[in-house]
Amino acid sequence: MRFMAIVKADKDSEAGVLPSTELLADMGKFNDELAKAGVLLAAEGLQPSSKGARVRFSGDKRTVIDGPFAETKELIAGFWLLQVKSKEEAIEWIKRSPNPFPGKTSEIEIRQVFEAEDFGPEFTPELRQQEERQREQAAANASR
Amino acid sequence: MTPSDTHRAVEAVWRIESARLIAGLTRIVHDVGIAEDLAQDALVAALEQWPESGVPRNPGAWLMATAKHRAIDQLRRRKLLDRKHAELGYELEVQQTAMPDIDAVIDDNVGDDLLRLVFISCHPVLSTEARVALTLRLLGGLTTEEIARAFLVPEPTMAQRIVRAKRTLAEARVPFEVPRGDEFAARLSSVLQVIYLIFNEGYSATAGEDWVRPALCEDAIRLGRILSQLAPGESEVHGLVALMEIQASRLRARTDQSGEPILLLDQDRGRWDRLLISRGLAALERAENLAASRGPYTLQAAIAACHARARTAAETDWSRIATLYDELADLTPSPVVELNRAVAIAMAFGPTTGLELVDVLTSEPLLQNYYLLPSVRGDFLAKLGRFDEARAEFERAASLTRNARERELLLERARTQAAASGSPA
Repeated sequence: MRFMAIVKADKDSEAGVLPSTELLADMGKFNDELAKAGVLLAAEGLQPSSKGARVRFSGDKRTVIDGPFAETKELIAGFWLLQVKSKEEAIEWIKRSPNPFPGKTSEIEIRQVFEAEDFGPEFTPELRQQEERQREQAAANASR
Repeated sequence: MTPSDTHRAVEAVWRIESARLIAGLTRIVHDVGIAEDLAQDALVAALEQWPESGVPRNPGAWLMATAKHRAIDQLRRRKLLDRKHAELGYELEVQQTAMPDIDAVIDDNVGDDLLRLVFISCHPVLSTEARVALTLRLLGGLTTEEIARAFLVPEPTMAQRIVRAKRTLAEARVPFEVPRGDEFAARLSSVLQVIYLIFNEGYSATAGEDWVRPALCEDAIRLGRILSQLAPGESEVHGLVALMEIQASRLRARTDQSGEPILLLDQDRGRWDRLLISRGLAALERAENLAASRGPYTLQAAIAACHARARTAAETDWSRIATLYDELADLTPSPVVELNRAVAIAMAFGPTTGLELVDVLTSEPLLQNYYLLPSVRGDFLAKLGRFDEARAEFERAASLTRNARERELLLERARTQAAASGSPA
């Protein structure tokens, strides 16, 4: 399974304040740990929204709006893509990350990536769990 | 957190920490079986205590400390037992094991211990099946049940296989070390073979099967990546990772709606995973920069990369693929490699050349019942307009394959040849 872990922006990241040398070193070490464990697919930082843009879709209309964007809470500052076996594993890994905004309260959001499973479009994670339960039930039945 | 939440968190921590834990413990107790038991004891303790105390800040350290305490307890009990036996006048072979300096285990050794664990799990004294099972258990963190399901054997059979493997290692007194000198290359080769075997088992799993089987691809890639970090100077390790990532990039494109396989050249390349391709190409570059010449895995990765770089089948650089197969044929000659080489050369230089190469292979005993040989020969003959001969080859190929759909496809091609030559089917 793949998960994206998203670092939410704050006013410092939006102001283009670069991470301290210490934070860069700690983040580097954390990314190394992820790589050593074979779970890191990608890790990137995003530049402030002042350098970005939005495309607005309304019917056939396309409007381009230049950054910066006011609602900092809605913005992201960076992400990891992880290859792990469960959401819990993604969580356990991200708990080990240094605080992306040291000294402050910050959040990293974890979201599962959709996969068009190669064993048929039917085999969603929900069905997989269902199969697990059925298997457990069958095993329980067999011992009765 | 609810107890079941904590349970899942413990499982996740186990996946992250178990290999290192077992590796560190093996160095202390000199026995992978005992090390694994100690690690399992620590896991049980975690399952009992963490629902109440919460998941500790450093779960790995908690597990290691718990396991070490158990190790000390066991050694003390054994010494006590030995002393009692001596007192009672029993003659026992008392192992002269000094109490190991358990506190001297420094975390810096983690990487080395993990590499030692990799090599011991793939030791040549074990059969290939045993190596695969042990690797998945000790390094992959899979349960015995999962490994049994992955290889389609009953759980007790797999459990026995693992128990016997550990016993074999103990009886042979296999040292817990990274092989040195000349031995290193051969031993590394067997590690790579085990990882690629796991990958291929996963790759061959078909739609609708137990999900544990296709997941083997992920397990293998993860093991390969871990190894590439433990042994970053080894070209073939990066070569194998490149090969697996590029092959895995095609997983979503290789079967159709009904689960039937689609040939590489017919696949929808829009469904190829570009993230895996770019990672694979980066790994390939690393492999090529690390050695004067490419090893077999790096060569196969380079061939896979040629396909990955072509935006359409028509843009494939066949002459480059042919050159790479020349190199591969020199390194690991085999009739199958020769056949693939012939196909690449024919695609690059035309069917006449391809046919000349393939005609040499028709007397090769190992290919007598290999359906792809007449299939390829038929393809070349068809392209040269020799329809009757092509038809005969496709019919022969159809008779050799056990796959119903494959047979149908080949018979269809035979019929097309018959129509083209105007003779009755």
